[in-house]
Amino acid sequence: MITADRLTRRYGSFTAVDDVSFEVRPGLVTGFLGPNGAGKSTTMRILCGLTPATSGTAHVLGSPFAQLPNPGRHVGVLLDASAQHSGRTGREVLELGAMTMGIGRARVGRMLDLVGLTEKESRRRVGAYSLGMRQRLGIAGALLGDPQVLILDEPANGLDPAGIRWMRDLLQDFAHHGGTVLLSSHLLHEIEKVADELIVIGRGRIVAQGAKELLLRGAGTVVRAEDETALATALGAAGVEAERLATGGLSVMAEPQAVGRIAAGAGVVLVELRAAESRGLEDMFLELTAPDAREEVAA
Amino acid sequence: MTAQTVPTARPDVVRPAAPRPDATVSGIPFLRLALVEWRKQLDTRAGRWLLIVIGLLTAGILAIMAFVGDGNRTFAELLIGTVSPMAILLPVVGILAATAEWSQRTALVTFTLEPRRTRVGLAKLLSALASGVAFFGLSMALAALAQLGLMAFRGADGDWSLDGEILGGAVLLLLLSMAQGVAFGTLLLNTPAAIVAYFALPTVLSIVGAFVASMRDVLPWIDFTTASGPLLAGGMGGEDWARLATATAIWVVAPLVGGLVRVVRSEVRSA
Repeated sequence: MITADRLTRRYGSFTAVDDVSFEVRPGLVTGFLGPNGAGKSTTMRILCGLTPATSGTAHVLGSPFAQLPNPGRHVGVLLDASAQHSGRTGREVLELGAMTMGIGRARVGRMLDLVGLTEKESRRRVGAYSLGMRQRLGIAGALLGDPQVLILDEPANGLDPAGIRWMRDLLQDFAHHGGTVLLSSHLLHEIEKVADELIVIGRGRIVAQGAKELLLRGAGTVVRAEDETALATALGAAGVEAERLATGGLSVMAEPQAVGRIAAGAGVVLVELRAAESRGLEDMFLELTAPDAREEVAA
Repeated sequence: MTAQTVPTARPDVVRPAAPRPDATVSGIPFLRLALVEWRKQLDTRAGRWLLIVIGLLTAGILAIMAFVGDGNRTFAELLIGTVSPMAILLPVVGILAATAEWSQRTALVTFTLEPRRTRVGLAKLLSALASGVAFFGLSMALAALAQLGLMAFRGADGDWSLDGEILGGAVLLLLLSMAQGVAFGTLLLNTPAAIVAYFALPTVLSIVGAFVASMRDVLPWIDFTTASGPLLAGGMGGEDWARLATATAIWVVAPLVGGLVRVVRSEVRSA
């Protein structure tokens, strides 16, 4: 469980994180979505006690991160896979982590296996790793302490499609067995597939949050009829918003069942009746963040 | 929630830990942190090479001392010959211990595993001091080896006399130098800046002291090199200790405290 309560972080006159509140619940993968510079990383650093908030509070498992005893045993964190000493081997990075957290060295080998780094690769210096290998190492580091909570900033960056799929399975499995997962991304398609809940942030402010299904719903119904003018009139009379599509048919802001009922009442013969395809998170994302993104360019 | 619904390669290790009361996971003991920090000094190429170079330099100086002159050296002479260069170079190990976290950006991981940053800073200090002691032991061993060599191959008398006061003074000098390195690194959080400051500032101070007459009386109290000189000569008097104390306060304690405050207040960022 992660709770952010009215988090704000200012740098001079610039507000990087602006009155952000959310809750990340166990059992679900929560996606933290936003364009670059929207405040995702700053928010995650505040959650982990690395950046002090100007105001507001953040709690992980009921207490501020910095007050968790041996936090690595509770919360797995990956904020920047490239933030590793380039002269250290991947295995050594994990062994230092295991040593700090006081867990057996055996788990280092199991984590390397899990993320698919071979024995030989683990003996190479991190400086020689590709970004994808660093991400795998970072995920191994986050899971090392056998945590209940995962906080991952752009973990899919640099992973190949197979790696992304592997990570998706891993996170969903982790969450569906009671773990709490917060992962950020600007890879929209990826987060749409992996997340159960979404928090969308733009220019430091939360612009949408909730269950993915709820956020994606509201696309309405597409309906085609023999007499579309009559149908539009009937829908209008029922107080339902409808719009004629250039390709023929109507886009109606209502559930298919309600549209069908109104059509039946008006005696209009329907040719096609279906829920509109999900607009996709990308459309929603662009729509929600467009004003912010534009202003950012102008600034 | 059935266990077999989601297939993964190794489900046993990725499943979240069952919620557990805080009491079952205790905090990180300080000694463990210090051990981790000690290992960090040694597990990178840069760190290893630095130590190897220091070891080679020490051996080289002993070789020179052995071949120059008639070979009759007291053990104390040999020991001081090894400790002096070590006291100059070894603090770089301390500087790197403190600055590498920031230049290599590992602070991000270090402070998420132990958010109590002062403890990490003090663990670095302790581990650097431990390195100092370990190297002192090594230099004693090398000095003894050199003396044995002198006795065997150059027929030296083999004077093993060692003034306990000088021995203690040499250890103290080494430890203070290590602490100064960690302090400068912690204060500046930048490897080149800390190294330059560590080597250049005392020189600048003594140059200023040489030119400004009014500084001449003050200098022995604030210049660490001057104040620590008698440690290797033996016979530290009351005023010598007082001078060492003030110089240590200025060059070791003040930057260390300032550095720890800075680290605690800093925002830890990845870029």
